[in-house]
Amino acid sequence: MNRSAIADANRQTLRRLLAVSALMFGFGFALVPFYDKICEVSGARNVFKPDQAPPANTQVDQSRRVTVEFDANTQRLAWSFRPLEAHVAIHPGALTEVVYEIRNTLDRPVTGQAVPSYGPPDALQYFRKLECFCFRQQTLAAGEVRRMPVVFVIDPKLPKEINTITLSYTFFEVAGSKDTSG
Amino acid sequence: MTSVQTHHGDHAHHPAGVMRWVTTTNHKDIGTLYLWFSFAMFIVGGIMALVIRAELFQPGMQIVQPEFFNQMTTLHGLIMVFGAIMPAFVGFANWQIPMMIGAADMAFPRMNNWSFWLLPAAAVLLVSSMFVPGGAAGTGWTLYAPLTVQMGPGMDLTIFAVHILGMSSILGSINIITTVLNLRAPGMSLMRMPMFCWTWLITAYLLIAVMPVLAGAVTMTLTDRHFGTSFFSAAGGGDPVLYQHIFWFFGHPEVYIIAIPAFGVISQVIPAFARKPLFGYGSMVYATASIAILSFIVWAHHMYTVGMPITGQLYFMYATMLIAVPTGVKVFNWVATMWRGSLSFETPMLFALGFLFLFTLGGFSGLILSLTAVDVQVHDTYYVVAHFHYVMVAGALFAAFAGVYFWLPKWTGRMYDERLGKAHFWLTLVFFNMTFFVQHFLGLAGMPRRIPDYALQFTEFNQISSIGAFGFGLSQLLFLYVVLKTIRSGDRAAQRPWEGADSLEWTHLPTPAPYHSFETPPLVK
Repeated sequence: MNRSAIADANRQTLRRLLAVSALMFGFGFALVPFYDKICEVSGARNVFKPDQAPPANTQVDQSRRVTVEFDANTQRLAWSFRPLEAHVAIHPGALTEVVYEIRNTLDRPVTGQAVPSYGPPDALQYFRKLECFCFRQQTLAAGEVRRMPVVFVIDPKLPKEINTITLSYTFFEVAGSKDTSG
Repeated sequence: MTSVQTHHGDHAHHPAGVMRWVTTTNHKDIGTLYLWFSFAMFIVGGIMALVIRAELFQPGMQIVQPEFFNQMTTLHGLIMVFGAIMPAFVGFANWQIPMMIGAADMAFPRMNNWSFWLLPAAAVLLVSSMFVPGGAAGTGWTLYAPLTVQMGPGMDLTIFAVHILGMSSILGSINIITTVLNLRAPGMSLMRMPMFCWTWLITAYLLIAVMPVLAGAVTMTLTDRHFGTSFFSAAGGGDPVLYQHIFWFFGHPEVYIIAIPAFGVISQVIPAFARKPLFGYGSMVYATASIAILSFIVWAHHMYTVGMPITGQLYFMYATMLIAVPTGVKVFNWVATMWRGSLSFETPMLFALGFLFLFTLGGFSGLILSLTAVDVQVHDTYYVVAHFHYVMVAGALFAAFAGVYFWLPKWTGRMYDERLGKAHFWLTLVFFNMTFFVQHFLGLAGMPRRIPDYALQFTEFNQISSIGAFGFGLSQLLFLYVVLKTIRSGDRAAQRPWEGADSLEWTHLPTPAPYHSFETPPLVK
């Protein structure tokens, strides 16, 4: 080959290789829609789509229901105290919230504390309260009305023979706190 | 080298002084420029590594701020990969390929000059990014989004530096491919080329395939930062994980861009000192090509932990393990080349053997990392740092040292000091293992990479590693001294200093190689 033929061949190779480089630069950008498509098809990144079905909670025992009855008493305390719902039927393992209401009918602030009890007593170890007004003392101003939640879960290991649980609260006035106003 | 070549520059007509180097289109001059540039960058990146190791000598914060530590790890990685190792092998390609295939020069000498002189500009951008408000990019050399979208102006300088480095690599690769395809001497068929030319042909194809993809990735980062696009910014509907996919589509072939020319050098050195032809030349060519092709389809093994379907993880795991097959073919061929050879152990051979042992060790830890279940445990720990320094330093850098010692007599016409060369090898070998072997243990014990502080129980191994690193760094000054001593006052080299070396530059050219060689192509029988 003479010199000019070699130079021509070189220029042709140069053009081809430059075209490959340009093509690969474009390929980098083509990866963007390609990636979106792959993610869409494989469901790897579905932030724009709602989930088909919410994930099932395997901790809830759907096969049975337990009735929980709510009871409310006061002991030598002039408060009116009642649950908003008298009873609920729930699946063991399901998180449940119920609300109690108390009203201080006296004309002075009073501090009281609720003490829970369970029937049958065997149910105690399966009854998990996550939030309860009974965890702390409650101080109500004269005539104040307060609504307070109880959040609980019944352990799915609850024995089969227990179908009804009664949760009973009794409010006591906390001794020595008559002078405190809050 | 200057003095030697002007002394011997029989029919060399070129400007003297600085302008010779600025305007040169001679492949040997440009090869020299590449090699000196890469050594300078090796020192700069090495000092940054020593800042890292000094900080890690003790737990707690001693010497630098965490932000600066991050900048050091980032710049160390970028400078060593793009500034030191890659230009070093392009330097070898420039010096050797035309002489090995019997060409007068590279196909595009002016473009060759241009591809070199882009590099110092990029280096200035990278280093100067340390002095802008906010400092250099502190993202790690992988430049992951979303950090890159949040960094200060130093990030923009880094992006432009990567653009320029990419341009330089692409131009250099086009030059190499064209030279190898079009300028071989009569009779020099592709399958008769020295292995080094094959490895560079394949590497150059890898480079023009993936450097543009990296350029695209950093361009997207740039437009995300300044022009309101949202490729990677989740706030605008982009996805940072997309960046990782694009980056590693470049990044994994990049690993082989660094390793394959090193394979080429080793494939020249081992036959010369075993005094036997390379065992399984054909299988070496096909194994190298297989590694290159497989490198395009395994990238996501760098990102097992970002969230990937299990089928994806399994695919990338098996594909990655497949690469061990052609790599094994190469290693066994090198060993078979030495089998029953008349071995002698001059410095180039020592470095080649060091490469063979330690690169294989790095390959094995790579195989371990390819297992998804294991990788999840050691991802981003010092185990990974140890692994890639075994393949990058004991692999690529050792091969570069082997190449320099091997060809220095041909380049300068003078012999290096064998005693000092061997001292350099043993110091490098011992301090290398002292620095990086213990990092395997640190990684397995859970020490994360790129963090300036660590828990107390990692102290002893880190101290061993830091002392090793300083020893390794100082040993490289001995290398500089050996090279300078060779150029200034080395003994005259024999016409064929290595009687086992049989490629064209040894058999058809005087030593030192004249400034212009093979102006009429030799006839290869």
